[in-house]
Amino acid sequence: MALLTVLGVSLIAALILAFVGDRRYAPEINIFGSAATFAASIFLALQVYYNGPMLAGHDFFFVDAFNVYLSVLTAFVSMTTALFSRRYMRHEREHGKVGRSGMRFYHAMFQLFIFAMLLALLTNNVGVLWISMELATLSTVLLVSLYRTPSAVEAAWKYFILCGVGIAQALFGTVLLYFAAERVFGEGSAGLLWTNLSQVSDKLEPTVLSLAFVFFMVGYGTKVGLVPLHNWLPDAHSEGPTPISAVLSGLLLNVALYALVRCKVLVDGATHSHKAGYIMMVFGLVSIMVAAFSLLRQKDIKRMFAYSSIEHMGIATFAFGLGGPIATFGALLHMLVHSLTKSSIFFTVGHASQMHSTQEMSKIQGLIRGNPLVGWGLMLGVIAIVGMPPFGVFTSEFLILTAAMKDAPYFTPFFLLGLAIAFAALFRKVMPMVFGKAPDYQRRLKAAHIPVFVHMAVMLILGLYLPSFLSEWFHTAVRLLK
Amino acid sequence: MMKAYPLLIEGLQVIIVLLGAPLMVGWVRMLKCWLQGRQSAGPFQPYRDISKLLIKDIVLAENASWIFRFAPYAVFGATLMAGSIIPIISVDLPLTATADIIALVALFAIARFFTALAGMDIGTAFGGMGSSREMMVASLAEPAMLMSVFTVSLVSHSTSLSHMAHTVMEGTLMLRPSLAFALMAFVLIAIAETGRIPVDNPATHLELTMIHEAMVLEYSGRHLALIEWAGMMKLFLFSSLGIALFFPWGIAVADEAMMLPVALIALVAKLALVGLLIVLIETRLAKMRIFRVTEFLGSAFLLATLGMLSYFMLE
Amino acid sequence: MNVNIAAQINSVLAALILLTAFGLLVQRRIYGLLHIFAWQGLFLSISTAIVGYTAGLHHLYISAILTLTLKVFALPYILYVLIHRLKIHKEVEDMVNIPTTMLIGIALVIFSYHLTAPIRELSTLVTRSTLAVALATVMLGLLMMITRKKAVTQIIGFLALENGLFFAATSATYGMPLVVELGVALDILIAAFIFGIFFFQIRTTFDSLDLKEMEKLKEED
Repeated sequence: MALLTVLGVSLIAALILAFVGDRRYAPEINIFGSAATFAASIFLALQVYYNGPMLAGHDFFFVDAFNVYLSVLTAFVSMTTALFSRRYMRHEREHGKVGRSGMRFYHAMFQLFIFAMLLALLTNNVGVLWISMELATLSTVLLVSLYRTPSAVEAAWKYFILCGVGIAQALFGTVLLYFAAERVFGEGSAGLLWTNLSQVSDKLEPTVLSLAFVFFMVGYGTKVGLVPLHNWLPDAHSEGPTPISAVLSGLLLNVALYALVRCKVLVDGATHSHKAGYIMMVFGLVSIMVAAFSLLRQKDIKRMFAYSSIEHMGIATFAFGLGGPIATFGALLHMLVHSLTKSSIFFTVGHASQMHSTQEMSKIQGLIRGNPLVGWGLMLGVIAIVGMPPFGVFTSEFLILTAAMKDAPYFTPFFLLGLAIAFAALFRKVMPMVFGKAPDYQRRLKAAHIPVFVHMAVMLILGLYLPSFLSEWFHTAVRLLK
Repeated sequence: MMKAYPLLIEGLQVIIVLLGAPLMVGWVRMLKCWLQGRQSAGPFQPYRDISKLLIKDIVLAENASWIFRFAPYAVFGATLMAGSIIPIISVDLPLTATADIIALVALFAIARFFTALAGMDIGTAFGGMGSSREMMVASLAEPAMLMSVFTVSLVSHSTSLSHMAHTVMEGTLMLRPSLAFALMAFVLIAIAETGRIPVDNPATHLELTMIHEAMVLEYSGRHLALIEWAGMMKLFLFSSLGIALFFPWGIAVADEAMMLPVALIALVAKLALVGLLIVLIETRLAKMRIFRVTEFLGSAFLLATLGMLSYFMLE
Repeated sequence: MNVNIAAQINSVLAALILLTAFGLLVQRRIYGLLHIFAWQGLFLSISTAIVGYTAGLHHLYISAILTLTLKVFALPYILYVLIHRLKIHKEVEDMVNIPTTMLIGIALVIFSYHLTAPIRELSTLVTRSTLAVALATVMLGLLMMITRKKAVTQIIGFLALENGLFFAATSATYGMPLVVELGVALDILIAAFIFGIFFFQIRTTFDSLDLKEMEKLKEED
């Protein structure tokens, strides 16, 4: 029941908003829908917490410790983003950047996007997972081009084509997986159910699954934004509306990584080797390095944080590839804290660029004087994202680093180097924006503070102390992913 | 009898090639005239042309070397030789044991080589231009041709023409994508090799477009007769090669003297059909620009390769 | 129908699908592309129906009908209307080096053949040999998207790529479960509407559907 509510509310909200999305009260419907989804997801999580993993809807849905925490995270971030977008989009509307139909479109697609991600997380069917990933792409494509500027249209086109092509490879991987499964289960949907597959993964044909994993890696890896498949990501993040950047960065990348990890578990089971893990480690490490060096060269603020997302996805991918309880624990935690931190950074970045009517970093100055909350929000966010204590990212990166030193000592220097460069680059770019004199073209702005503060608070809590239910959860998830 | 029979066939075949080639060209021209609503000169006009040229005097350019004089005989000889190894009415040819498909392609290459040399020998602009164009076409057509024929070789596990025709004939009726691709490629190559529209136009002397005619522009008298005759034989041979490789049904197998008349009738019928096809293609299409020929032959190569690949992939 | 004959017809259809994939790669005219694309869909649909018949799997008929309506009629029609509205039907794409593209295409076919070799050995289905063609179609669609610089042709390449995926599902496993196939079809339909909207957006912002104009977003040094 809770499960149906989680999925149903966002779908219904999308339908309603498709008609009334341009009204004055539309943002409130949007917030209400996301809040209801969040409440239902909490309820669902409690169910799983007390009763263990569950199947529902003729085995069509499956909830375990791994996906339920991501569902709660998705619902939570979408709720805070909806809160943020109320102020943000009102500002955009008032400045004529979006029209009535644009607003309707924005609201409906936002909810549809949330629905697609939740479906991807909760479904038990590997095929449906693919379909909902594609749906998530399609629903955000036109949001990226919402402003209709040449570069926005270009970014959206790139996003559409690259992700379309990428995810097509994942479908080929799914076909191969089904081929292998059919030999065990015979004809029918049973062969695509994750719960069935994970039980018999050692009976699946290893050659076919290794081949399938290559396609999964390319397919879902494109959506995760791993180098060298990352080209769409900075463009889409920088040209779309900021709430969309926040959810793309904070949620969609996570969901794609979730799909990849699910596939990796099957492949590991079939091949009895660590091949898939090595592939992921290499992809992850290359992403960290390339993204870190790219950070140094950025001029556009949203683009820079998009590269930071690539870096952090690289860290999580690396950690999942590394395997082992500590690294996997760290990766799960990292997905959580990165998502919270990055979306809150995008909230403040959105306001900062609205204040200066530009996304160019050289023109954004003196945020702390113009709007202390935005300035401090950005500063704290950056402190958190580069992995300084006492925030959550520190904990997760520390865990991953420990595991890496133990299991893959040769990779560790590169890993550390990447982190150090990212650290230096982000600080060098952010300091002048936060401090310094406020330029005269800076505008005053009513910022949405609540989402930023909520995120910051959660991050701080996670950094200082991991609640026991969360760590228990992660431990269960780690056992699942072994 | 057993010894003489293959030799007899061989002789018969050479006669058929020599006499049949002008008839086929005449047939094609006649059909074309009808289709375009013109009065035709009848199917026997090429014979008259050749005999007229044979009795005429030769006019030689002052700086023509021996190559120029030798080329017509070389071309004619090589083409006739090619005609004796293609199974036209019977697969029982003594020469096929020694000369296979690769030798056939080489024979055509010799003929082309001498034509091109003769074209350049005089030193006129047209000759050189024609030669260079011919060589360009050849360099693209030959690999495609080999590719296409090799596909058939793969299917029949042999490069001997007789054996290939025999296998295709004996084989149970199967849908073979590889052969279909090879045939398509072969048709394109044959069009290019025999200088028909849309690659070349045998009826034009327009300086910008001609390829083959440019090379032989300086020939006269019996030299020209031989060259023309060889050209007609080439058309005939490519048609019958296509028939032998892809539609060999009707060709007599070993020691079937009684089959020969049937084979002859089948041959005439098939060649008549091929002529009709050529005319239909030529009236429908316009000649393409010389630079598009690369793409045309590229497609032929592609088709031939696809044929070969689909043999491995699908059969 | 004899299984053997069905397998033969199926491999002929596979060969034709491969041929159309190459045709898409080298065709310059937009209407020509649409026609080839529709033919490819038709071959795909017939092939699916034949496989469904020989294997006795009735859900494949649904997929075949789905392919027929979507890939042979609906999508070409949508594209046709879009092309007509945008008045680009006379445009001819200037492509460099068709022979090179063809050679790369051939190499991709061989690559796909090698990649699918393990599956061919494992599979017992009559359609197993066509999987290589399916993967090759995917690769050729990808190649087409790389070599083409116009929005419409890129989309056709994308759709051809989807055709290849669909064909792969049919030849490797006699089709995916119905719920997945329906979902994929729905996604393609949504994608069709989105690129329709896109064409107009690109047209109004760039005054042409030429993607060469789209070179603004690059890493600046």
